[in-house]
Amino acid sequence: MEDSKPKKKWLTLSRKHNLTGWVFLLPAVLLIVIMNFVPMVQALILSFKTGIGVNMTWAGLYNYTRMLKDATFWTALKNTFFYLIIQVPIMLVLALILAQMLNDKDLKFKGLFRTAIFLPCATSLVSYAIVFRTLFATDGFVNTVLMNLHIIDSAINWLGKPGTAKFVIIIALIWRWTGYNMVFYLSGLQNIDYTIYEAARIDGASAVQSFWRLTVPLLKPTILLTTIMSTNGTLQLFDESVNLTSGGPGNATITLSHYIYNISFKFTPNFGYSAAMSYVIFILVAILAVLQMKVGDTRD
Amino acid sequence: MTKVRLKRALKYLFLTIVSIISVFPLYWMACAATNKSVDVIRGKLIPGTYLIENFKNLIANQNLGQAMINSFKYSITLTLLALFVCSLAGYGFEIYHDKGKDTVMTIILMAMMVPFAATMIPLFRMFSSAGLLNTTLGFILPTISTPFLIMMFRQSARSFPHEIIEAGRLDGMTEFGIFVKLFFPTMRSTYAAAMTITFMNAWNNYLWPKVIMTKSDSITMPMLIANLISGYVTDYGMLMLGVLFCTVPTIIIFFILQKSFAEGITGAVK
Repeated sequence: MEDSKPKKKWLTLSRKHNLTGWVFLLPAVLLIVIMNFVPMVQALILSFKTGIGVNMTWAGLYNYTRMLKDATFWTALKNTFFYLIIQVPIMLVLALILAQMLNDKDLKFKGLFRTAIFLPCATSLVSYAIVFRTLFATDGFVNTVLMNLHIIDSAINWLGKPGTAKFVIIIALIWRWTGYNMVFYLSGLQNIDYTIYEAARIDGASAVQSFWRLTVPLLKPTILLTTIMSTNGTLQLFDESVNLTSGGPGNATITLSHYIYNISFKFTPNFGYSAAMSYVIFILVAILAVLQMKVGDTRD
Repeated sequence: MTKVRLKRALKYLFLTIVSIISVFPLYWMACAATNKSVDVIRGKLIPGTYLIENFKNLIANQNLGQAMINSFKYSITLTLLALFVCSLAGYGFEIYHDKGKDTVMTIILMAMMVPFAATMIPLFRMFSSAGLLNTTLGFILPTISTPFLIMMFRQSARSFPHEIIEAGRLDGMTEFGIFVKLFFPTMRSTYAAAMTITFMNAWNNYLWPKVIMTKSDSITMPMLIANLISGYVTDYGMLMLGVLFCTVPTIIIFFILQKSFAEGITGAVK
């Protein structure tokens, strides 16, 4: 047992430093425990209960079985995975290509290109969602341009149809996040000795070859990091679904987090059911993170 | 030779197109903020003279000043506290590290996987019974301490020379004094990067304030502009001016701290 009383002579210097270390950690660790782990446990307990406000009673697995029959839940789950599977790979490959292009010692205006491509990350999620919503409105800029160029005859109701609405969300996500991921890759590339690329070029390797044979393998840890971050972010997609499409038309573009919010705060609050759904996200995040780390390891 | 030049040209063309696509929506937004709604619909792409009218409409419609003050108040308080708490912890994990602390770090990293949707409801219940709805404390508490920032500062503490710490101890400085007077000034670029990330995340946060800011005079800027689209008639000029107000602070921070942000990320990726 540690003696916390001060002025003890036998409190050696290293022991004192060790204690100081714990004191330095304490606020941060306590906050993470209280703000993350405790609510996680409470959410788990809530997910087995049903009712409104303080009048909650045990319901066993009711919330979980209800999910299986809830069509909106399945739509939300499918949408979330749709965004994940289509958007994340396109975005990460594009970010890698851009990073490789910018990691060229002879390139002019490098700083300008980098700033321009990174700029979208400085806009808030609500801001860009509203900008894209307005650009793709029926009387929006995109329709005006397409009609003036005579590519389409009449305005397309982009956000009014499930297919095109999802398309707009994916375009918007790629616009917002590609530069962000590119910065991670650029930082990763800066840690790689540039002479490797020069040697490859002298040996006659094409840009495509050095991309697949050098950039991708050398950046593997960073690619893994960005994949996990993007997966995590996409599974928790909320702001875009709310502000770009309002989940509509109907619930055709709603995401899991958006549906959980609606169940908890928009309609009659059903905290038990939404807690159960939030555990589905948690389990998905955990499974996908473990899977990605496994894949990342075995490629060696 | 011509083939090489063609490839070069294509590369510049591609980067230029991507850059234009990246900047265009922001340019369009700024233009729209200065134009009449009808001109925005017509697709006018040059700045207009309707800025003051849009501004008048916006403040008549929404309490812009209050939302701006709230957003700055919440974001600055959160940023200062988060930098202090997380850098102290990151420093503690690295400088005094031992087996026990490494285990704690691993557990903390698991918090990265906790989705906000899952903690949101218990936190809301906890905060409403503690009377923290509509307060700055309520806004900041869940995100003062984040695994990401702790990790970032732990990485940067790795490059902090032990000789400096020993020299400080010989001079009779306290351990906390060494952290404040020696570590903090040396790690300015990490602090700048952490500040950019934390301020932007705080300013842009939408879900959590939407949950706990139930009174109209506690709302944040993202909530204000989201309110603008809930009406039936949309005045695009006014809407885009609101979006501009919500975007300018983070863009300014981004330009000021851009360089150190990239350096900080480099440190975190290493």
